[in-house]
Amino acid sequence: MKEKIISLLRTNARLTAQEIAEILSVETAEVVSAVNEMENAGVIRGYTAIVTDDAPGSESRVKALIEVKVTPSRDGGFDRVARRIAKFPEVTDLSLLSGSYDLLLTVEGASLQQVANFVSDKLATIEGVISTATSFQLKKYKESGMVMQSDEEYERLKICF
Amino acid sequence: MKNMSGSKSVSEKFIAPHIASLPASGIRKFFDLVNAMDDVISLGVGEPDFVTPWTIRESGIYSLEHGHTGYTSNLGMPRLRRAICDYVEKNYSVSYDYRNECLVTIGVSEALDLAFRMLLSPGDEVIYTEPCYVSYPAEIAMAHGVPVPVTTRYENEFAVEPEDIERAVTPRTKAILLNFPCNPTGAVMPPEKLRAVAEIAKKYDLAVLTDEIYSELNYDGNHLSIASLPGMKERTIFLHGFSKAFAMTGWRVGYVCAPAAMISAMMRIHQYAIMCAPTVAQEAALEAVQNGGNAMVEMRESYRSRRDFFVKGLNDAGLECLMPHGAFYAFASVKNSGMDSAEFAEKLLCAEHVAVVPGEAFGPGGKGFVRCCYATSADELREALKRIKRFMDKQGSL
Repeated sequence: MKEKIISLLRTNARLTAQEIAEILSVETAEVVSAVNEMENAGVIRGYTAIVTDDAPGSESRVKALIEVKVTPSRDGGFDRVARRIAKFPEVTDLSLLSGSYDLLLTVEGASLQQVANFVSDKLATIEGVISTATSFQLKKYKESGMVMQSDEEYERLKICF
Repeated sequence: MKNMSGSKSVSEKFIAPHIASLPASGIRKFFDLVNAMDDVISLGVGEPDFVTPWTIRESGIYSLEHGHTGYTSNLGMPRLRRAICDYVEKNYSVSYDYRNECLVTIGVSEALDLAFRMLLSPGDEVIYTEPCYVSYPAEIAMAHGVPVPVTTRYENEFAVEPEDIERAVTPRTKAILLNFPCNPTGAVMPPEKLRAVAEIAKKYDLAVLTDEIYSELNYDGNHLSIASLPGMKERTIFLHGFSKAFAMTGWRVGYVCAPAAMISAMMRIHQYAIMCAPTVAQEAALEAVQNGGNAMVEMRESYRSRRDFFVKGLNDAGLECLMPHGAFYAFASVKNSGMDSAEFAEKLLCAEHVAVVPGEAFGPGGKGFVRCCYATSADELREALKRIKRFMDKQGSL
């Protein structure tokens, strides 16, 4: 059931426990306790809104993807430097990848300058960081499974057999 | 329509009697009411609420980009027929030779038309179950056949009783038409009853047409096709398509699998009347049958979850309704409203702006019921249930 709840919440985190219970044909209380359990255990880390580039407050934000090469440390591997980078509030996403670089970050700032300063002053100076490559986001087409531009509304027949 | 003197107009005289007598939809007036209303929550549709999965649409676009705009073989593209026959063997346990036992059509509707024209001589009877999809009796009559309905009933979960079929057999009976999971009831056939129907077909030497358009949308068990039962392939015409399972209603592509002699006869009709199914739709169908499985399962799960709470909600509101095991329809009794189904549908529409289809649209056996399609968004279904409940509560207090 937890798997089904998570998959429903991932498409719409605002579904109420009662709505989820209706969809899964279970008791509302069961859903509430399963969600609480997952929240308490930290399996569910949070709920967020998916918005367009021009949503109020977003239109002036700058986003960049940064590829980072690092030297893993002897005792902590990649985790040590990754955890350190993750602590910066400017970093919204961070993953370790296979391939030609090691870490991929998404960084958000109020201006191009602010992001640039973050990279040169903070990120590049961290011990273990060998190089960075920054790409600024120009336009967002899809995020977390949501396409940013809606298809034209297609009118279905109201009645057919 | 008669003119003032009661005689036919000049142009009406040209219309052949068997076409002139085709019934117009009995609920035309209701249709007009629905269409005139703007803010209707419609539970009256007969198609998925999903757009065709992107990978399938993309295959259609790709085929256009690459200039696949000519005719295909009359039977349909060999690649598609081969994929269809593989799919049918894997999912329905009956094997057809793609070279001469499979024909791609413009939806199941055309396939049915071909089958009836191939099978029937004037006066031949076809037994079919009712309530049913509206086209069945008309398509039989268009092929000069005689439609013989057998009513399915609520107390039998709308499965057809084999003895009812046997009782309807006459020396003129040529074929039995089945449609399970059923539009409009959502019923499926229990395997033992299906086996009994197969025995009747063999005993009286009848052909069987099985419209399996909803067969993927079977929520509580495994679908069993009558074509796969011992000794049935040789007398069965297996009709299927992509509309419901792959959300492809507007592409108009279906198919028929049958013994080679029957396909050859149907192919001749198809070749002269249609030529071939649209090439772009065939290319998209190929993607559906080969790679559409995951998308189909996702859509099915979505229908299933909507079915579960919607049917419970209908019952809670006082519209008694069996749990439908297939398709995406709930066939609910309006008995507790004290109205007949046409009156119920009209009053519900006017008072609460919720559209359902009166059961008699699907034949006299549908009287007292309304078909509610749950292939609409969960939010709309919840709102519709709220309104239906309010409507029913008011009836109780009158």
